Amino acid sequence: MKLSGGEILLRCLKEEGVEVVFGYPGGAVLPIYDALYDADIRHILTRHEQAAAHAADGYARATGRPGVCLATSGPGATNLVTGIATAFMDSSPLVAFTGQVPTAFIGRDSFQEADITGITLPITKHNFLVKDVRELARTVKEAFYIATTGRPGPVLVDIPRDVSGSRTEYTNPGPVDLPGFKPVLDPDPEKVLAAAKLIASAQRPVIYAGGGVISSGASEELRQLAELIMAPVTTTLMGIGGFPGDHPLSLGMLGMHGTRYANYAVCGCDLLIAVGARFDDRVTGKVETFAPEAKIIHIDVDPAEMGKNVRVNVPVVGDVRRVLQALLKVLKGASHPAWLEKVNTWKREYPLKFEENGLKPQFVIRELYNITQGKARITTEVGQNQMWAAQFYTFTRPRSFISSGGLGTMGFGFPAAIGVQVACPEEIVVDIAGDGSIQMNIQELATAVRYELPVNVAIMNNGFLGMVRQWQELFFDRRYAYTELSGPDFVKVAEAYGAEGIRVTKPQEVKPALEQAIASPKPVFIDFIIEREENVMPMVPPGESLEKMLG
Amino acid sequence: MRHTLAVLVENNPGVLARVAGLFRRRGFNIESLTVGETEDVAVSRMTIVVEGDDRVLEQVTKQLRKLIEVLKVQDITKEEHVNRELVLIKVNAEPARRAEIIQIVEIFRAHIVDIGRKTLIVEVTGDESKVKALVNALEPFGIRELVRTGKVAMLRGTKDITTNSKEAE
Repeated sequence: MKLSGGEILLRCLKEEGVEVVFGYPGGAVLPIYDALYDADIRHILTRHEQAAAHAADGYARATGRPGVCLATSGPGATNLVTGIATAFMDSSPLVAFTGQVPTAFIGRDSFQEADITGITLPITKHNFLVKDVRELARTVKEAFYIATTGRPGPVLVDIPRDVSGSRTEYTNPGPVDLPGFKPVLDPDPEKVLAAAKLIASAQRPVIYAGGGVISSGASEELRQLAELIMAPVTTTLMGIGGFPGDHPLSLGMLGMHGTRYANYAVCGCDLLIAVGARFDDRVTGKVETFAPEAKIIHIDVDPAEMGKNVRVNVPVVGDVRRVLQALLKVLKGASHPAWLEKVNTWKREYPLKFEENGLKPQFVIRELYNITQGKARITTEVGQNQMWAAQFYTFTRPRSFISSGGLGTMGFGFPAAIGVQVACPEEIVVDIAGDGSIQMNIQELATAVRYELPVNVAIMNNGFLGMVRQWQELFFDRRYAYTELSGPDFVKVAEAYGAEGIRVTKPQEVKPALEQAIASPKPVFIDFIIEREENVMPMVPPGESLEKMLG
Repeated sequence: MRHTLAVLVENNPGVLARVAGLFRRRGFNIESLTVGETEDVAVSRMTIVVEGDDRVLEQVTKQLRKLIEVLKVQDITKEEHVNRELVLIKVNAEPARRAEIIQIVEIFRAHIVDIGRKTLIVEVTGDESKVKALVNALEPFGIRELVRTGKVAMLRGTKDITTNSKEAE
C-alpha cells in the first residue's frame, strides 16, 4: 500500500517510540497534519513555534527520550531557531521537523520560504533536507539516531510539501549506518588506568560534574565514585540533580554564582575530576587561574571537548557512565580527612545566606522546597530566578532541574514546564520565573489551559530585568538603563486565559499560596512581589578568578 | 604554523557549506581549500591549508570529525607528501619581450597556454616555492591576472588516505 510522506513520517515516529509531538500547523506541513489527524500520536498545539521547541526540549530533559517538534516553513521554521539553539548548547536530544516549500520552488524566494537547513547549520548536530519521499524513512531514522547517540543534540529534518504530499511504498530502512558518525563510548583502558593512578595519588580531590552525568544516566556511578574516593562533588548548572544536593559530599554549584565553598574547593584542590562537563566560562571564571594547583582528569563523550578551554592531564573519552563503571572497577578506596575537614569548615563558615526581611525570593524557593519535599520537577527561566532556584532548592535526583544553561534563553522555563508536565503527568511541575522572562512565552497559558496541564509558575516579580539590573548596579554605577519593567497584572492575565492567579506580597502568604497552587487542577501563576533590588550572591565578577567572590 | 589537512567527506550537496561554516564559526582561518571527487564517486576529498598552533589544529580536526558527513581528517603536514597547485598567470608580453618570457617559462617547466596580441597566459604546476619563484620572475613584465587552484596533496609511497585506510594519530 502506498502511503503519503506525512503518513510515512508518522509511521517512523511511531517506530521510534514517539508519544507526543509539539507543533504548530501551516501550509507547508498540511500533509503531515492531515496524517496526524488519524494517528495515535498525541499532538500538543502550542501558541508559538518557539514554545513547541522548548516544550519538546523540556520533555526530552525530563525523560531522556528525544523530544519532537513540528513547524511549517518560513516563519514557522525560524521561530524554532531559539529553541533549537537552546537544545544545542545544552546537548538535549531534540528532533525538529519543518515543512518546506515544494522542491520546485526552493531557491526562488517563494512565499514562506526560509533556508532553514542553512540557518540551523551551526546550531544543530546535523540537519537534512529531504528531496525524495523514498529517502524520508531512512532520514527520519538517522535523525533520531544522531540526536540520541554519543553526545545528544538537536537534529532538524526539512520536508518540502511535495515530499510529504507524494505517495510511495513504505519500506523499512534497516539499521543505521553512518560511516562518519561512530562515537567512542567505551573508554581506552590505558586512559582509565592513568586516571585511576592520578586519583590514587591525590590528596585534595574534587569532582566537578556536569550535564553529561545526567544525559548518560551516571548519577549512581558518580555517587559511588565520590563515596569510594571520598571526594567532594560540585556540579555545574546543568549537572544539578546529577549528585544528591543533600549528600554530605555535595558542594552545590560552582562558578559565577556558585557556593563559596565549591569555588574555594576547586581553587584549593590538587586533582579535579571533570565528569561530563565542558569548562564553560561561567564555571571557570578567569581560565588562567582556574584550579591552579590541580591536575585535571576530563571524562566526556565528546573528544572535541578535551583541551578546548583548559589544559587536561588525563583525557578519557567515552560515555560517562561506562567510564565511571570502568574506573570503579580499578579504583581502591581512599580517604582525605584533612581535606574534607577543610572543605567542611568552608561549608560551615560560608553557607548560602540571605537576609530575611520583606518578601525574599530565596525564602519563596526554600518554602517551595519544603512544601514539595524536594520532589518537584523545577524548570526555570533565565536570570536571577534561575540562580536562586539553583541555589536554594535542593535537588536530589537527576532530570528534576531543567534550565537553559548554555544559551541562557529567557522564555524557556514555561514552555519547558509544559513539556515536562506532559512527560510526567503525576508530578508537581513548577516554573521558577521572573517578571521579564515569563512575558517571553506567556501565551503558552492557553496551551496549559487547553490540555489541562497543572503547571505552576512562581514569578519572582521585582519589576526589573533583575540580573541585568544587578550588573548595572555593580559594574555600571547603578545606571538602570531600560531594565525597569512595568508588567501586566499577572493574576488577571492568568485568569483571562482560564488559569488561576494568586498574588503574594507577604512572607506569611507564601506557604498557603504554594499549597493552593499545587492542589489546584489548573495551571497557576503566583505573582510574588519580591524585594526589588535583591541580588544573587555570592558572585564572581566576569573575568575574575573563582576565589574573588563578592557578597 | 601552517598545516595541510586531507579531509574525506561524503559527496553530498551542502558538505562544503558545513565545513566552511565550521571554520567561520570557530574563528579558524582557511588559507586555501580545494575539493573534488576521489577514486570513489561517493567520496570527495578536501585539501585544507590552515594556519594555527597545535591547540588550534587539534580543535580544527576534532570539530571537523564531529561533522556527520566528514569521514576522515588527517594532518599530513609532518608526513612525507607531494603537494601541488596549478596557477594561471596572464602576463604582459609585447612581441619584443616574448622570447625572454618563453625562456623563463621553459626554465620553470611551465607552459604557455594562450598567446594574445599583447599577452601570454602561463600555466604552472608545482609546489609553493616553485610558483613563487616563477611569479617573481614574471613580475617585471607586468602580471595582469593571476588565478590559483589552491593546494592538493597526497602522501608518498604506499600510505593512502582512503575511507578504508588506517588513520595516523
